[in-house]
Amino acid sequence: MTDTILDLLTLALGVCGILLALSIFGEFARTRVTPGTSNPALETYMIRVQSWWAMVILLTLALLVGRLGVVILFAFCSFAALREFLTLTSKRQADHWSLALAFFVVLPVQYILVWMGWAGMIAIFIPVYAFLLLPIVSALRGDAQRFLIRVAETQWALMMTVFCISHVPALMTLPIPGFETRSILLIPFLAIVVQLGDLLEYVAGRRIGRTRIAPGLSPKTWEGLICGVTAAALIGGLLSWITPFGLFGAMGMAATASLVGMFGNIVFAAIKRDRGVKDWSHLIPGQGGFVDQLDSVIFAAPIFYHLTRFFWT
Amino acid sequence: MTLPRRLAADLAGQGIRLFARFITAVRADWQGIEPVPKQRVYFANHTSNGDMPMIWSVLPPALRRQTRPVAAADYWLKTPLRKFAGAEVFRAVLIDRRPEARTEDPMAKILAALEEGSSLIIFPEGNRNMGPDPLLPFKAGLYNMGRAFPDVDLVPTWVANLNSIMPKGEIIPLPLICTVTFGAPLHVGEDESKDAFLARASAALAALAPKVQS
Repeated sequence: MTDTILDLLTLALGVCGILLALSIFGEFARTRVTPGTSNPALETYMIRVQSWWAMVILLTLALLVGRLGVVILFAFCSFAALREFLTLTSKRQADHWSLALAFFVVLPVQYILVWMGWAGMIAIFIPVYAFLLLPIVSALRGDAQRFLIRVAETQWALMMTVFCISHVPALMTLPIPGFETRSILLIPFLAIVVQLGDLLEYVAGRRIGRTRIAPGLSPKTWEGLICGVTAAALIGGLLSWITPFGLFGAMGMAATASLVGMFGNIVFAAIKRDRGVKDWSHLIPGQGGFVDQLDSVIFAAPIFYHLTRFFWT
Repeated sequence: MTLPRRLAADLAGQGIRLFARFITAVRADWQGIEPVPKQRVYFANHTSNGDMPMIWSVLPPALRRQTRPVAAADYWLKTPLRKFAGAEVFRAVLIDRRPEARTEDPMAKILAALEEGSSLIIFPEGNRNMGPDPLLPFKAGLYNMGRAFPDVDLVPTWVANLNSIMPKGEIIPLPLICTVTFGAPLHVGEDESKDAFLARASAALAALAPKVQS
């Protein structure tokens, strides 16, 4: 276990180095702003970098605590994300009990299953048990108005914010031969390649982006996407020493996770556009809500989990 | 009020604010006004008993100290706990909604509170709105306040989502996000009629509701 902790600390130092560079870059840019004025884009950037610091510190602490720390951290993220999602979905008073069950029973049970490492149940508890039980609870109240819409939107909220997010901590429980004590390292691997891929996609898209992927929905461009995914693959290759994938396996997994995550971001942009909101909430300074922050990880995590499970266990 | 009671009231107030923050992540959206200490009447939509504590919780401390909710005496005097909360935590202006039972004129009590310089939180619909319409017709009180105190800002205040967080008759609150939106202040026009003003105030309040009806 000491090796794993050493690797975690090395990763944390590396990420802190990147954040320090971003902070210094921001402070440097601030000195070039005309005194007495302020640059809103720069201030937003600085607030974002501060939020990233907070996230990196929280994730590092959780990883050092181990399985319980990670499960609690992601259970909290799921709770915040579920609350943002259900704030925007269709519901009537008849759904009150099923929504209360979603928050106070389904979510905790899913994370207890993750903590236990019960892989079979992690995969079916929400899609089978929750999805069948909750509509029954709603139907018993006898209100048919917009019933299908209410049920469908509640189920998608659970799928995205609880089921998908819980696959990040579930990575710790994968029984990869020869890698059992180190599987916790897959979490920072996934987080780093997806987040840095997104960041570089954004920067490249601003510089050379021309062809919109989904015009009218998202500013993402094919050029930015290709740069971001390539960067994610290279970073994945550099980090292959913390994975069981080997050099090319790590590059392939990183590219896949990053690609799926970027399309996930477009899906969430469509939902926000449909509901007429810019951000999911205002809980994270400079970044909107938890769902805004997690959207690419939400899509990447289950795919990354199942590919790892299929090829390496 | 004795010191221990005042401390208990402060503590209870903090507890209510923390609880509101934790359950609903309640947030203020200052669209039409700045959160500065100016005498105001915040008039809000009313769908749940939680409306008043939500508005009260999002006010910054300096504003909260000078703001008193106008509330129904028959509700807030029913049990000793409610009496403590109503009179000492929220420092409510308690009015009697039952004309046959009351001894003092509710409007006179409200105007006296404004005379003292307090800001107020009122629910001009009079009752909780349980129907499908966004707002019930307003009572005349808001107009009378605007007439008597033309300098006081009448601020439309929309509380979003509370009817889903805690619908009438449910026991467990849902931890959805509640937003309190403050709109641009209104004043009664020189020769504006009561009905015209109340219609204008109602429209200004309804305009603050989020576009998505959930």
